Amino acid sequence: MEVTISTAELLTTDGIPLKQSLRKAERRNKLRAFLLVFPLLLFIFVTFVMPIGDMLLRSIDDSQINSVFPNTFDEYKNWDKGADELPPEEVYKSLFFELANGDKRQIGKALTRMNYAKSGWKSLIKKTTREIKKIVKKGEEPVSYKDTFIKINKLWADPTYWYSFNQMVNDRSSIYYWNAIDRTFDENGDVALQDEKRRMYMNTWLRTFKVSVYVTIFCLILGFPVAHLLANLPLRYSNLLMIFVLLPFWTSLLVRTTAWIVMLQQNGVINGILVWLGIISDDGRIQMVYNETGTLIAMTQILLPFMILPLYSVMRVIPKSHMRAAQNLGAKPATAFWRVYLPQTIPGISAGGLLVFVLAIGYFITPELVGGKDGKLIGSWIAYHLKTTLNWGLCAALGAILLGIMLIFYWLYNKIVGIDNIKLG
Amino acid sequence: MTIWFRPVIQAPLQIFNMNNPSQSFVKFEKIDKSYDGEVLVVKNLNLDIAKGEFVTMLGPSGSGKTTTLMMLAGFETPTNGEIFLDTKPISKIPPYEREIGMVFQNYALFPHMTVEENLSFPLEVRKIPKPETKEKVQKALDMVELGNFGTRFPAQLSGGQQQRVALARALVFEPRLVLMDEPLGALDKNLREQMQYEIKHIHDRIGITVVYVTHDQSEALTMSNRIAVFNDGVVQQLSTPDILYEKPENSFVAKFIGENNTLNGVVADVNGDTCTVELDNGFGKVKALKINVNEKGDKTQLSIRPERVTIDSTNPESNNFEGKIQELIYLGDHIRARLNVCGNDEFIVKVPNEGSFSHKEGDLLNLSWNPDDVRALDI
Repeated sequence: MEVTISTAELLTTDGIPLKQSLRKAERRNKLRAFLLVFPLLLFIFVTFVMPIGDMLLRSIDDSQINSVFPNTFDEYKNWDKGADELPPEEVYKSLFFELANGDKRQIGKALTRMNYAKSGWKSLIKKTTREIKKIVKKGEEPVSYKDTFIKINKLWADPTYWYSFNQMVNDRSSIYYWNAIDRTFDENGDVALQDEKRRMYMNTWLRTFKVSVYVTIFCLILGFPVAHLLANLPLRYSNLLMIFVLLPFWTSLLVRTTAWIVMLQQNGVINGILVWLGIISDDGRIQMVYNETGTLIAMTQILLPFMILPLYSVMRVIPKSHMRAAQNLGAKPATAFWRVYLPQTIPGISAGGLLVFVLAIGYFITPELVGGKDGKLIGSWIAYHLKTTLNWGLCAALGAILLGIMLIFYWLYNKIVGIDNIKLG
Repeated sequence: MTIWFRPVIQAPLQIFNMNNPSQSFVKFEKIDKSYDGEVLVVKNLNLDIAKGEFVTMLGPSGSGKTTTLMMLAGFETPTNGEIFLDTKPISKIPPYEREIGMVFQNYALFPHMTVEENLSFPLEVRKIPKPETKEKVQKALDMVELGNFGTRFPAQLSGGQQQRVALARALVFEPRLVLMDEPLGALDKNLREQMQYEIKHIHDRIGITVVYVTHDQSEALTMSNRIAVFNDGVVQQLSTPDILYEKPENSFVAKFIGENNTLNGVVADVNGDTCTVELDNGFGKVKALKINVNEKGDKTQLSIRPERVTIDSTNPESNNFEGKIQELIYLGDHIRARLNVCGNDEFIVKVPNEGSFSHKEGDLLNLSWNPDDVRALDI
């Protein structure tokens, strides 16, 4: 008997290739499934993917100013800073004509951008433009554009103004990212520290980290026993406790934050009670809000459910017999907890920790309201630049860094614990 | 379980004397247990277990057997009374110092540890040196024939393998006795039977004292030296399997262990160890052993094992009755006949399949049973 191993395609009873037949049978289902999720996909694309893409583009985009001063920047690149103290005549000349003939609105926008690089640009250019327009009106042609500029305003002889062009001469620029961590470009286009009075972001970044780490730790310390109780109390008590956990969760963030102000402020409930009990004097009321302490207290309380719920969902499925078994095998209760219970809660600890940390690092409303001057986080700067200075490039860079940090944490988490281990409910 | 390696725990198999309480290794003395102060889950429990004995606590759920086991393990405190282990009271000793091994219902293997780590855990907390630990773990794994499974995690094992790991873990630190709380409950029937023999063999091999809890009577009969039948917080009878089956002392034990036919009646006459019972509704008189009745006029329930009823053989010394066949079930080696006897519709008779049984449903059968096989019990 000859044994043949068929390598031919499998066929259905009707002789159609099996795979083709299967694909045909599945196509309808796939199409239906796709149509069901299509609106959601579209929604996510429009409201999430596109804005984030736009933000990432904006954070490196510097094309607007390049379209206003193309010739000036071209000439500027030829300047040998080692040889001459000031740019060559051609730079002044190009700038003269581009200021004289440029579109007023576009120049206005460009001026805002130039002011980010060095404050003072705006008024300098505005004054200069006025004078240049007068000169053009008179029909005079200056002998030396350089001297004309310096005659209009002697700041044009200050090379530091010209150095600041360095960070604007390209369509794509990493300057916003450097600005977001208190760095800028020096006269040679190298990265350097900002002026001391313009360094404000690194401190805020560090504080954001510090506050997020503390809030995560406090949430873990406070949330772990609560989650344990939730998972182990008899049903009627644990239900009640669950309501206590969830009730604040359902209350408006703003209400909870302002409630903390009422509680913590110098004439607030806690200080009042302490004074009434005679623990502190009326003059010695403790400053607990409008500083970092206030931010820590309020954020810990607000983010606590995000720690408790994942922990609870993990603890609920750890059999009670495990602690008993460990003790039966000779481990003291503390050892049993440390060696047997705690390791099994790690998926919950890490899920809760990640959730709280990621939420805390981008938190805005609470630190804004209770943080005062030294309790603000990076989110406050983003909002400030978004609404007040309209420096969207910097906003985008700050946001992108925040996004990057979160992605790094997800990556680390996945490396160490494994994203499959995450348990949120 | 054919080849046996050197036993892990070398304790000489003790010849135990159950009648001498001073010899008892585990002693429950007047134990009461209540959780809420209103209901007693265990009532006045007195139980002596000898060294090396395999004692099973058998009973329906809620009968107090697991509570008793948990009190012995130290996870529950007796409300009254004292438990002695090796003549020392143990109520004040915390569970982790009792040196009692335990196999839990769902094994309670630690999922984040490998099999080896699970087994070395009790040795590590006892600060036993590493090489010795390794050796003991390997021996214990070999004992349950899982020598090559040390590096696996419990989730990568089958139910039966997990069960063996749990058993090995309970034995690896050489405890004074081992408790098992329905350890085979989660296994399917074949595996359960196989594991019963394995546990029994391990017990025979290493001679450790075992207290076993189950609600499965065949499990209890297979493995135990003695069985304590629990009901309603009270030990109904404590005996060897054969006595428990053949000489139940009350109707609960008779019903709970094995199959049992019952007939209700009133004691008409008492004569030494025997009595005559007038069946209810005038079905006649039955000669029976007087077990749990006192005097003439007592209500009683008669208990007759199905295999002790013979058909078509009348004997004036015996009790002879007629039964109408309600249902016949063919079971290969025997035919199970459900009859109506003296008004009882659930009277079971096992007819050995000798090829000569030709009756149909609805036929009348002549039945007889020996007075020594009928026990007059409480109702």
